[in-house]
Amino acid sequence: MSIAMPKPSAAVLSRREEIVSALRAIVPGEGVVDATNEMRVFESDGLTAYRQLPLVVVLPQTVKQVSKVLKYCHANDIPVVPRGAGTSLSGGALPLEDGVLLVLSKFNKVLDVDFDNRCAVVQPGVTNLGITKAVDHRGFYYAPDPSSQIACSIGGNIAENSGGVHCLKYGLTTNNVLGLEFVTMEGEIVRIGGKHLDADGGYDMLGLMTGSEGLLGVVTEVTVRILQAPETARAVLIGFPTSEQGGECVAAIIARGIIPGGMEMMDRPAIHAAEDFVLAGYPRDVEALLIVELDGPKAEVDHLLSAVETIARENGATTTRVSQSEEERAAFWAGRKAAFPAVGRISPDYYCMDGTIPRKELPRVLAGMKEMEKKYGLKVANVFHAGDGNLHPLVLYDANKGELEKAEEFGNDILRLCVEVGGVLTGEHGVGVEKRDLMPEMFSETDLKHQQRVKCAFDAKHLLNPGKVFPQLHRCAELGRMHVHKGEVAFPDLPRF
Amino acid sequence: MSANAAAKPAGASGAEASRLFEPTSEDALRDVIAGAVSEEVPLLVEGTGSKSGLGRPVQAGATLSTRKLTGVTLYEPEELVLSARAGTPIAEIEAMLDEKHQRLEFEPIDYGPLHGRERGLGTIGGVVACNLAGPRRLKQGAARDHVLGVRAVSGRAEIFKSGGRVVKNVTGYDLSKGIAGSFGTLAVMSEVTIKVLPKSEAETTLLLRGLDDEAASAAMALALGSPAEASGAAHLPMLTAARVMDGALGNEPATAIRLDGFGPSVEARAKHLGTVLEERGRLEHLHGEESRAFWRDVKDAIPFADGSERPVWRVSVAPTSGHALVMGLRRHAAIDAFYDWQGGLVWLRMESGEAEADLVRAGVSRIGGGHATLVRATDQVRAATEVFQPHAPALAGLSRRLKEQFDPAGVLNPGKMG
Ligand SMILES: Cc1cc2nc3c(=O)[nH]c(=O)nc-3n(C[C@H](O)[C@H](O)[C@H](O)COP(=O)(O)OP(=O)(O)OC[C@H]3O[C@@H](n4cnc5c(N)ncnc54)[C@H](O)[C@@H]3O)c2cc1C
Repeated sequence: MSIAMPKPSAAVLSRREEIVSALRAIVPGEGVVDATNEMRVFESDGLTAYRQLPLVVVLPQTVKQVSKVLKYCHANDIPVVPRGAGTSLSGGALPLEDGVLLVLSKFNKVLDVDFDNRCAVVQPGVTNLGITKAVDHRGFYYAPDPSSQIACSIGGNIAENSGGVHCLKYGLTTNNVLGLEFVTMEGEIVRIGGKHLDADGGYDMLGLMTGSEGLLGVVTEVTVRILQAPETARAVLIGFPTSEQGGECVAAIIARGIIPGGMEMMDRPAIHAAEDFVLAGYPRDVEALLIVELDGPKAEVDHLLSAVETIARENGATTTRVSQSEEERAAFWAGRKAAFPAVGRISPDYYCMDGTIPRKELPRVLAGMKEMEKKYGLKVANVFHAGDGNLHPLVLYDANKGELEKAEEFGNDILRLCVEVGGVLTGEHGVGVEKRDLMPEMFSETDLKHQQRVKCAFDAKHLLNPGKVFPQLHRCAELGRMHVHKGEVAFPDLPRF
Repeated sequence: MSANAAAKPAGASGAEASRLFEPTSEDALRDVIAGAVSEEVPLLVEGTGSKSGLGRPVQAGATLSTRKLTGVTLYEPEELVLSARAGTPIAEIEAMLDEKHQRLEFEPIDYGPLHGRERGLGTIGGVVACNLAGPRRLKQGAARDHVLGVRAVSGRAEIFKSGGRVVKNVTGYDLSKGIAGSFGTLAVMSEVTIKVLPKSEAETTLLLRGLDDEAASAAMALALGSPAEASGAAHLPMLTAARVMDGALGNEPATAIRLDGFGPSVEARAKHLGTVLEERGRLEHLHGEESRAFWRDVKDAIPFADGSERPVWRVSVAPTSGHALVMGLRRHAAIDAFYDWQGGLVWLRMESGEAEADLVRAGVSRIGGGHATLVRATDQVRAATEVFQPHAPALAGLSRRLKEQFDPAGVLNPGKMG
């Protein structure tokens, strides 16, 4: 583990017993877990290279309990790490040795489904797919669909602003949330938004909370938009002799004014791994495979399918196959959806990156990765959300051969390249601990300080999920100081008032 | 950059801010704010001042305008992205997009007509700062949903950026959203990067005539609950229907559902939705330009663009509660109302000339919550009223602390948001 976490507080560690019993007084029975063997399951999230047992695990069931736990921890300077389902790929839910791990899995109820207002009110522990399941009997669904949707919680989705295949057309989590209830580190219960739009008409707290990686508040209730499912959906598999042609095809589809329901691309190693694993019917003799899904009324889908087929041919596609049934459409997706585990079969370990780039930079970035493969002597399989330029290069390595650090360095180089071409470090998986120390690649010191000032407004003591997202923790008192003083000529051209 | 004592900023309101700063670069913008901080001079922050009628009047010692920070710095239609300096006229951006058959998907309202000004004034920075939206809000979101990144100078006189130029980005807090909709009270944007989208090929509006507000609400819920993918749902009761499209609709209530997209798709959806709606009332259609004219008028609140200063509220509630709010308020005050966003956006004009903030907000909380913003009233009324929805103490505390973090000296639009 190459990332340093904040030094655990000796004072907190030494008071462990007292803390556990205080928490037991708030959350009775099995809601407080302190036995090492029972805490094991919580020691890491989806970023399994990083592990740490927490001080204690608390599984509250009511907002009141959450509020009391936080108030107690705030008063006693105990860090708190919120956790949903623990599928984060960036270590956002990695426990702290001196921290309470606050697990929201018991908040698992769908509270209200309101079809006329097209929204659902759920507790944060409800899974992403659980929302769709609660509304699909009336033909509705919840659009953002991370591949982990069977397992991941909506609370985690809010924290990570998760995306999925459908986000190209229907937006990310942040575009599909209407309201939240959350508890601040001080234990205050805050409600924002509801069944109406634009939350509260003031500062966009909903926008700030979404994607804040559990650093600003603990989410205890979520109101999301639900949509009527499209009448039909069909997918086309398009194979290309080069990835450049695949990339050009993507650009051409969008230039034609078509925003598909999903547009995913895989490179040769990923195609082969997926095909070997699930027999999706993918062509093996292509360098790039595009899956384009068109959804909507039948008339629209038919119209656009023929447009996409034409564009594909114009861009050098060597194979195009349109799904002829729901089963076939599902099969096309099965390979893509199983891409991670499929790669897991061909390599002892893989490290999943998540940079986003301007689409047109794809050839340059792919070429760059080829160079890096040589430099590091490791291979990459590529899966990406082609429509929005979000790459998931999977760096293949073997931890038993001591390749982890090399893989991480490789990954960091990929992300640096993403930033260099105008992109970003993470498109949907979050910064967490994993990309924390790369933040200065993208942001200046001043940029980061302004972000941390948001933190100071919410959690001035830095007790909620510390050690995540920010490479360096500045005390809020220090951040609060103003460096423009009367009489001091900070700027020579200062306009005189 | 000049401190021009003679030039009166267009539409500056409240205590007249006599000194005008019009920086032409980001560094100069930073210097103005640094000067304001060190000399403790509060600034009225604006673009062209076209939306000075929004928010509470600002008591400022000088005006900081972004109108000379202009120019589109990046437009890549095939990447669906555009960056522009904050003072770039929105009209220029819209024209540029139009040429490439693209548009701002959030369909920002033009407050000009409602405030007795021309259409087409205003800057991209202002549009983002006020988080504007239009009828398409219910499907595609507001300005905040389309902002990918900003560069700005905070009230600490420091230049910072947030976000980037790509759609999928979770690197750090989404500070761009915090800045969007903050009415220039946290930071002054110098440049914004937004997502743009293709214009729709075809557009048709289904109009149900003669429905009362409650029946209209039910019909809109039915339409929105179908797979028709409506991109607009508005209801204009009797008096207001006559005020759009230069009176072409007559005085009969009009409940409108907009469908847009590819030709064959719009046709198929219109046909299907027609069969769903026809038993609810008499059905008419507006095609192409007629449809666009209708929605332009709904977007810009033309039914209340009467040249008067009678208070107008913009109220956001759960869509099916809109009509109940209006019914409840009518028992206590003379109001005129029409609905957008399936009933979730209620436009209210207070006929007596009184803002009646307490009454309106009590009504909102009675029907289950939402928020009411006073978007037109005289300076005196806005100075005496909570223009934005007052918040519960916990949320108000967070907002106050956020303001203190970004603008500790209180130099950016003090008092604008309350
Ligand atoms: C196989 C696999 C595929 C994946 N595919 C995708 C994908 O396609 N798209 C995508 O975006 N992500 C994907 N992910 C990543 C992950 O599933 C998402 O980030 C998800 O949103 C995490 O949800 P969770 O409930 O597991 O959260 P956790 O992992 O438990 O926590 C994630 C973060 O959220 C915080 N958090 C959790 N709950 C709360 C709460 N109630 N209040 C405040 N903070 C909270 C935690 O502190 C942590 O910082 C994938 C992961 C895996 C393992």
